[in-house]
Amino acid sequence: MADDQKPEGSPTPPSPGGEASKPPQKPAPPPPAAKPAAPKPAAPAGGHAAPPKPPATMAATPWASELAQELKERFADRILETSTYLGQNFIVAKPDSVIPVLEYLKLEADFDYLVDVTAVDWPKRPERFDLVYILYSFARNERVRVKTHIPEGYKPETAVTVHLGANWLEREVFDMFGIEFAGHPDMRRILLPEEWQGYPLRKDYPIIQQDQAWVRENLEIESGQ
Amino acid sequence: MPDATFLDSTELVLNMGPQHPSTHGVLRVILKLDGEKILGTECVIGYLHRGVEKIAENRTFAQFNPYVDRMDYVAAISNGLGYCLAVEKLLNIEAPPRAQVIRVLLTELNRIASHLLWLGTHALDIGAITPVFYCLREREEALKIFEKYCGARLTTHAFRIGGLLYETYDGFEQDIMAFCDWLLPKVDEYEELLTNNRIWVGRLKNVGVLNAEECKEFGVTGPVLRAAGVKWDLRKAQPYSGYEKYEFEIPTRQNGDTYDRYIVRMEEMRQSVRIMRQAVESIPEGPIMGKVGKVIKPAVGEAYVSIEAPKGELGYYIVSDGSTQPYRVRVRPPSFVNLQALDRMVRGGLVADVVAVIGTLDIVLGEVDR
Repeated sequence: MADDQKPEGSPTPPSPGGEASKPPQKPAPPPPAAKPAAPKPAAPAGGHAAPPKPPATMAATPWASELAQELKERFADRILETSTYLGQNFIVAKPDSVIPVLEYLKLEADFDYLVDVTAVDWPKRPERFDLVYILYSFARNERVRVKTHIPEGYKPETAVTVHLGANWLEREVFDMFGIEFAGHPDMRRILLPEEWQGYPLRKDYPIIQQDQAWVRENLEIESGQ
Repeated sequence: MPDATFLDSTELVLNMGPQHPSTHGVLRVILKLDGEKILGTECVIGYLHRGVEKIAENRTFAQFNPYVDRMDYVAAISNGLGYCLAVEKLLNIEAPPRAQVIRVLLTELNRIASHLLWLGTHALDIGAITPVFYCLREREEALKIFEKYCGARLTTHAFRIGGLLYETYDGFEQDIMAFCDWLLPKVDEYEELLTNNRIWVGRLKNVGVLNAEECKEFGVTGPVLRAAGVKWDLRKAQPYSGYEKYEFEIPTRQNGDTYDRYIVRMEEMRQSVRIMRQAVESIPEGPIMGKVGKVIKPAVGEAYVSIEAPKGELGYYIVSDGSTQPYRVRVRPPSFVNLQALDRMVRGGLVADVVAVIGTLDIVLGEVDR
């Protein structure tokens, strides 16, 4: 209230905009139950972040190679970024074109080994999750990561149609992050019990949290801690 | 498999594990059978899930280092090496040459220890009781070297980010050399016991076949992939820690069955000895710790680094947000990915083959479940 730092322009348009945007923007998503430094300013350049300490962007450089060129020609604006960091190449694709990209890389560029599928949670970002596919090519002896940013509730298409090995890897992503893969043959939890509530690797899931009801019912103890 | 039906009287659902000695820990396999023939399987895992990746987000980079030993506790040193290399990559530093050679020595020694435990337990599963005593005897010597080096036998925490904490002890080189000289005839002895043993061959040949295409499709790596004829080893393909300096072969076989995987692992032990002999000769003088600050704080960024662990490709995908704690650590465990191929390998086989195939996959449930 009483924001005296509104020097210019008509006061009406900015103030409702500014105030309307603030309340829903839950300033501290992780409940302060846990002490750790989880609420670090993780979001890369998320507008006007309050603590201006870290530069908070990866110092990636453009990835100049034939493959990157081919991909850009083939997928045009569906590829958002082809970069390299620490000598490791990655592609950022639009969520709905990840599977075509994986397919293209497998069939046309010999990236026939899906090393890993995983996700990273950035709760302050509108597109909350990074979905990361790590690929390797035996023929080229080269790795590439395909990344995409997806909002909460988005159901990315499964990669099982391209790489059979994605089955368990995607189940683990579902288990830990609650990202459901559309068209997956067996979309169930894999490491945690099926009835477990919550997705532990989300940032708003504190480290000491657990499904108390499940523990009480199945282990017949008050707490697993 | 979940659509198991009891209405069809020829089908039987059999629950194997989690408390079953041949599952090497707490793996539960639900088998759907027609008589003794396997129609399908389903693995139930997670009994040992400790949330290692979550723990990582709440520890500093250095604090998380001991935790990785608890994943594949049979090859703890490999786990540590992978993690240290990944953080070093993020920091854009390298361990000093002396540290690198000692790392290679200990990692190869650990590979032998891991393969010895695999051989003993695998043979035990198949019904040969003798080898396990011999294998554990030899493994004991390797563990003694670890103990002398860093005070721990199993979860060693031998390496630090940036190099090593401990200098080698007096007589380290001699111990390694003596171990090498002592082990090679023992490996020949195991081969004498098993390689042409009629029961052994009968139980392993053409069991659990996984060809090269299927391996790649499932992302299966390590000895399983090499037994299918793919000459691929990360130590050669993308050398780390100075592996390019050592001469060694990548043993391969063609059939991709359980017997071939046995042969490949036996040969790998000999190759590890070869690497260790070269490494011990070439330990340079110098510091063992690189220039790493007291506070490890990598720049904002991410890196994926993987090594050839005894079980296959072990990878760490680490995201740093510029703080002292990793923002995300993803472990790409070879056991987890390899286990996924179990269904393909045993389908159409016999119940007894499941035991052989679980043994030959060489899984460690601590790593599957993390």
